[in-house]
Amino acid sequence: MLILTCPCCGQTGEESEFHAGGEAHLTRFGPGSSDDDFENYMFMRQNPKGVHFERWRHVYGCGKWFHAARCTMTLEIFGTYPAQTLEPPPDLRAKISARRPGWSWGAVS
Amino acid sequence: MSKAVTALNGVRFTDGIADVAELPMQGMITLRGDLSMAVLKKAVKSNTGLAVPDQGQVAQDGAFAVAWMSPDEVLILCPYGDVQGIIAKLDKALIKAHVLAVDVSDARALFQIAGVHARAVMAKLAPVDVSERSFQPGMFRRTRMAQTAAAFWIADTDTFHIICFRSQARYMFDLLCVAAQKGSEVGRF
Repeated sequence: MLILTCPCCGQTGEESEFHAGGEAHLTRFGPGSSDDDFENYMFMRQNPKGVHFERWRHVYGCGKWFHAARCTMTLEIFGTYPAQTLEPPPDLRAKISARRPGWSWGAVS
Repeated sequence: MSKAVTALNGVRFTDGIADVAELPMQGMITLRGDLSMAVLKKAVKSNTGLAVPDQGQVAQDGAFAVAWMSPDEVLILCPYGDVQGIIAKLDKALIKAHVLAVDVSDARALFQIAGVHARAVMAKLAPVDVSERSFQPGMFRRTRMAQTAAAFWIADTDTFHIICFRSQARYMFDLLCVAAQKGSEVGRF
């Protein structure tokens, strides 16, 4: 069971109050992009055993989207942060480093 | 105009560990916009007598209440007959701001659960810590109850008010009745 805290409304709830929205921080490649870029954007996803960044929606609460960092192995939630960010914030990354030294996620570490 | 009736005609259940009742028609106005705007705060205050509440809170006084729904939304509770007048006044006061005030009274149902075991009934249905220490008067929580979306707060001692979609009213009532059935005290609150 995941316990998430929504950064938009401050409520802490368990995962049935939220809805998972897939991998976070995707860069969209649309019309005019190369086939490789489009394939990457469309189909290729991180599938780590460990630190992972995801999009979540507080579907039964305030209805807002946000980002969450969690461990896919232990289901530990490292933290949540606003949707209006292009990469995980430094303080969260430092917190993850303290818990999981040497972690990396795609180009992020 | 046709006569407005509630979804379940004020149905009641009093044969359990807590009393469940559908409350009469309640005026509800959704107000969306930047809640930090002074003009919005002023408009809410002058129409309800209440300040825009802080995150996760509800302000209530008599027939009026203002509930914090999300970072850009509050729900105004008022007498059913006052809704159109208040919306007209809000629209006039906020004509230059990017806001929306909509009558949602007929889209919702309002229930009350009362009695010393009211907290136990809520705890059975919502994934929320409703112990006296955690959930106190003045707090407002949007969550799910079993399989439907709901929002609730403490209206009075041992009395919860629950808002859900009108189309879910029967489901919500049945749910509350089962959770409040005789002999189902939990003994944790």
